[in-house]
Parts: sequence; C-alpha cells; structure tokens
Amino acid sequence: MTPGGGSGPMKDCEYSQISTHSSSSPMESPHKKKKSAPKRKWEVFPGRNKFFCNGRIMMARQTGVFYLTLVLILVTSGLFFAFDCPYLSEKITPAIPAIGGILFFFVMGTLLRTSFSDPGVLPRATPDEAADLERQIGNTEDIANGSSSGGYRPPPRTKEVIINGQTVKLKYCFTCKIFRPPRASHCSLCDNCVERFDHHCPWVGNCVGKRNYRFFYMFILSLSFLTVFIFAFVITHVILRLKRTGIIRNLVHGKVCMHQFGSQQTGFLNALKDSPASVLEAVVCFFSVWSIVGLSGFHTYLISSNQTTNEDIKGSWSNKRGKENYNPYSYGNIFTNCCAALCGPLSPSLIDRRGFIQPDTPQLAGPSNGITMYGATQSQSNMCDQDQCIQSTKFVLQAAATPLLQSEPSITSEELPLPGKTTISGPCATLTLGQPTPPSSMPNLTSDTGLTDMIPLKEEHEGHQFLTPEEAPSPPGMLPSGSPITHSHTMHVLSLASQDSLHEDSVRGLVKLSSV
Amino acid sequence: PAPQVHSLQELRRSASLATKVFVQRDYSEGTTCQFQTKFPAELESRIERQLFEETVKTLNGFYAEAEKIGGSSYLEGCLACATAYFIFLCMETHYEKVLKKISKYIQEQNEKIYAPRGLLLTDPLERGMRVIEISIYEDRCSSGSSSSGSSSSSGGGGGGGAGGR
Repeated sequence: MTPGGGSGPMKDCEYSQISTHSSSSPMESPHKKKKSAPKRKWEVFPGRNKFFCNGRIMMARQTGVFYLTLVLILVTSGLFFAFDCPYLSEKITPAIPAIGGILFFFVMGTLLRTSFSDPGVLPRATPDEAADLERQIGNTEDIANGSSSGGYRPPPRTKEVIINGQTVKLKYCFTCKIFRPPRASHCSLCDNCVERFDHHCPWVGNCVGKRNYRFFYMFILSLSFLTVFIFAFVITHVILRLKRTGIIRNLVHGKVCMHQFGSQQTGFLNALKDSPASVLEAVVCFFSVWSIVGLSGFHTYLISSNQTTNEDIKGSWSNKRGKENYNPYSYGNIFTNCCAALCGPLSPSLIDRRGFIQPDTPQLAGPSNGITMYGATQSQSNMCDQDQCIQSTKFVLQAAATPLLQSEPSITSEELPLPGKTTISGPCATLTLGQPTPPSSMPNLTSDTGLTDMIPLKEEHEGHQFLTPEEAPSPPGMLPSGSPITHSHTMHVLSLASQDSLHEDSVRGLVKLSSV
Repeated sequence: PAPQVHSLQELRRSASLATKVFVQRDYSEGTTCQFQTKFPAELESRIERQLFEETVKTLNGFYAEAEKIGGSSYLEGCLACATAYFIFLCMETHYEKVLKKISKYIQEQNEKIYAPRGLLLTDPLERGMRVIEISIYEDRCSSGSSSSGSSSSSGGGGGGGAGGR
C-alpha cells in the first residue's frame, strides 16, 4: 500500500477510461466533463473497485467477507487478551501477552495492507494504444487471411513470446484492450487485469497480485502462528484451571469412580465457567488452524517454486504437459525464489488513484465522442503536457474514430470474448469456492457459514466453472505450436489458432450467455 | 525548469500531433520491465536510429536497476517485513527513487533530443509500463521553430509567435 507515498514522491499517472466507456456509452461521458470541481482519477476508475479515504484505500466490490475476517480476528484476539492473558501472564509469564500482541499487530498490519493496496492493476489502454493495437492486429490478420477484416470483429488474439526458452502465449484482453503481460490475468470480479495474478481472495476483499502477494503471504503466515499460539495457550489456560480444581489430579490418580463422575463433571463445568471465552476461542482456532496452516503451506510451496495459484491450478508448468515444460520464471533454487517473492523490489501502483483528472478545455477539444482526459501530468512539465492533451485529443478524434467505430460492435457484443478472459479467473473463483487443497483462506467457523459465504460466489460463477475444464485441455500456450516464433519486434499474431479458438470462443460465448 | 518547459510548450502550440508510435515491451527476459529496441519505421525520417536506441537502452538499464534483486533490495524488504510494512508509509522505496531518475532522464531527453526533432516521449509509467509512447508532431511553422531546443524562451517565443499565441 502506498497511500501517502504513492502520490507524493511518485509522478502522477495519466489514466483514461475512454476505451470502454466511450464506445459503450457515448451519452454519459459528457457529464463527466462538466463537473467544475477537479475529480480524482479513482472516481472515474472503470474497474469494479471500491475506494475509501479519497482514493487511498482500494478494495474489491464485495467486502462482506472481509468484515467477517476482521471480526473473527478481532473478537478472538480480544477475548484472548481480555480473559486468558491476565491469568496466563500471572501464572506463567507476561511474555505471553507480549508475544501475542506482536503477532496480533503483525496480522492486522499485513491484513490491512493486503486488503487496501493495489494488487497490481494494469490500467486500461488509452485510445491511441488501443487503436494502434487494433490496426496492427488487423494488418496481420489481413496478411494472414488474405482478406479484409473490415466490418467483422476479429477473433480473440494471442501473441507468442519466448521467455527463457519457454514459449508463453500472451492473450489479448478485450475489456482492457491490451495484450496481457506474462502472468497477468483478468479478474472478472474486479474487472481489472492484474499483474502476476494469484487469485481473488474474498476473505481479504481484494485480488492478490504482484504488489500485495508478499503482504498476503505474511498475513496467512502470521495468522497461522497467531492461531496456533492462541489455541495452545487457551488449552493451557483451561488445563491450568482444571488442575486447580483437582479434577486432573483425581483423574491421574484414578480416584474417579462412576458415582464421583457427576461431581467431577460439575467441577469441570465450573472451571470452564470461569473462562467462558476460552471455549469460543478454542473452537474458532481449532477450525481455523487446519485451513490457515494448510494454506500457508500451499503458498510456501508456490513461492518456493515461483508459481502463482492461477498457474498451479491450470498446471501451466507441470511436467504432465510435456517433458520440456518448465517454469521460465523460476530462479532455479528455492532460496532465491523465496527472496525474490518476499524481499524483492515493490513496484509502484500503475493506476494513479489520487491524481487529478486534467480538466479539459472544451473549446479546444471540441465535441467529444466520449474522450475526457488525455493529459499526462509530469511533475516537471505540467504545462507542456496539458497542451499535448489538447492536441492529442484532436488527433484521437480524427484518427481513432474509424477503428473505434469498428470496435464498437465488439464492445456491445462483449459477451462473446468474455469467456476467454473469465475462464482465466474461473480457476480463481473456483479456488475461493473450495479446492481440494486448502480453501482460499481463513477460518471456516462452521461449515454452514463457510458455505453460505461461498454460495453467492458460486452462483455468479457457475457459468465459469464448467468452462474451466474446457479451458484446461486446450491450453493454447504451452504446446510449442508450429515454428517457435521468436519474439521479433513486429507483432506475430498467430491466426492459425483463430479457427479453433473462434469456434471455442463462440461455444464459450453461448455458454456464458446462457448462464447469465 | 520553467524556461525549458516553456520552449516545449511553444513547440506544442506551433505543431499539431500527427501520429503516435508505441514501443512495446520486450518479454523475452521474463516479466521484468524492458522495452524493445527495434527502431520503429515511422521514426525513420525524424531521428537517428542510434539516438533512439540509446534512449531505449538507457531506460531499460534504469528499469533493470529498479527491479534488481540484490543485497540492498533484500535489506529493504526484510526491514519492511520486520515492521509489518508500516515503514512504507514514511519511506520511499528504491523503485520509486529510480522512477524519479527515469522521469528526469526522459524530461532531459525530450528537451535535448526529441523536441527539436518534433517528437515527444511519454514516460511509460503513465501508460501502465506497457509502452513508450512517442508522439510525432508535424510542424505548421517553419522548420526554424522546431529546432529551437534551446532553453531560452525568446528563441522559442519567435516560433511560438508565428504559430499564433
């Protein structure tokens, strides 16, 4: 999270939401311009995110489960400190609340950072970029097909690159109008492309991606320790209390007879009555420990092999796909992988949430087809770029009109390409719905609450779920297709896959439409 | 900085944006931020190949430095972890420091090399680190105005005056 630090020393990032809103809703864009007060960029952010504290805090849309997480942690820890710690610090050592306090502080700090920070959202393409890409895709399509692609929307696009000897397919994101960088994925819940997308975690109320993965990992790791810590000492507390009542001594010396058992039981219950909270804590911790510790172990494995949850679920780098299939991002040894993931440099947020949208000068910009801002504010050259803003707006009006018109129908019929990207987040959604290995996060207090939390997500994504198996067997990326196209500097777009993928995608599109 | 900004501003007023060229990312090394050094065809007539390549190579060097995994970044990472990342609230990360350097470098390149040739580099950070956007401007005025890369405003003012302030 770079709240203050993000906008202060960092230059403001230009951000434009034109590419989607303008084409789909030309009518509503003018009213974005006529506001007299300068708006901050987060207010017009096109993704499905919620912002707080004037753009400093960024979360996913559904935050209900996050509050549940907070409540569970706060209540359990609070009860621990209130009821168990006084007794334990007196009887054993005051280091117990001290260590507990440190762990709690760590858990809360990392949780809030995971939840509130930008996971690595990629801003959507500016109209110029999008137009340029469309043109290049169109050109290549013409060359490949020998026919004009004017009129109909081109099929989903992929680009192949060779990374460390491994062929990786980059997909074109129709929502964001970019070719996704390697390891990036589009989260359908947040409607953003996220770099190094791991999964969308409802328990922290945010996506987990490049920028907050280490926070997430430290959160689940410290939460494991905290849960085990609380559980252990709650049990200790109860045992100590029972010891005082002599029940344990009696049990140990075998002095409990059947007729005495009743009184022992009341003694036991009396002991528990002294610390009722302990029972609640023990229950919560008991159910949490399995999932949290398991999840920590799973992510430790992922970190040490430098994979994302996404890749692991899809089996992108597994040996089952082929003998020569390996993870090109791994540094080769576990130690380096761990250090890189946890202690590597933290890249800045690419979406400038708190920057101001440059106010347009209407007389120069002229009637818009929805283009609002196109300025870049560099800290040293504000004025220069404002003029560039005006000029480039004109240019975009002229030059982008044709390609954008072509792509307009594509936006309205966005349902068709959507499955192409939602299947990527499909695994993530299924992850949160409970995979064979530990569920996405957090204590399932009771299985009931766990399920009810997950069911709404399930209904939303059931369309995606059976798309996922479709996705898996036909992964275009991993099989070396035809000639390994070295990453030349002109875009080599494989249209050979287009026939198959067009069919696939139209099937997916129908499925998606029917499931909605 | 003000006079230099002024000259670029004058250039913008006297020229109109013709087209934009996008230098894409080079993913052959992985996910680290590197840009392709291939010389775009549209710049053939505007700038020497070598200058352009040097700009891109220097930028690539900066980004590699920012993302370098080594002793100092580990130290920073461990320290941050130990403070539950609260230290990021007050400290500027190494990456951010390098980004500032990059921004200065781009500004400088624009003034010295690109603006006199009617080109403008946009910091990749403003384009989501996806592309280096190079705007190509057509001069409406005489070529004299476009070569006013000097920092004095009077030099640029001459061209700007003709362009119609």
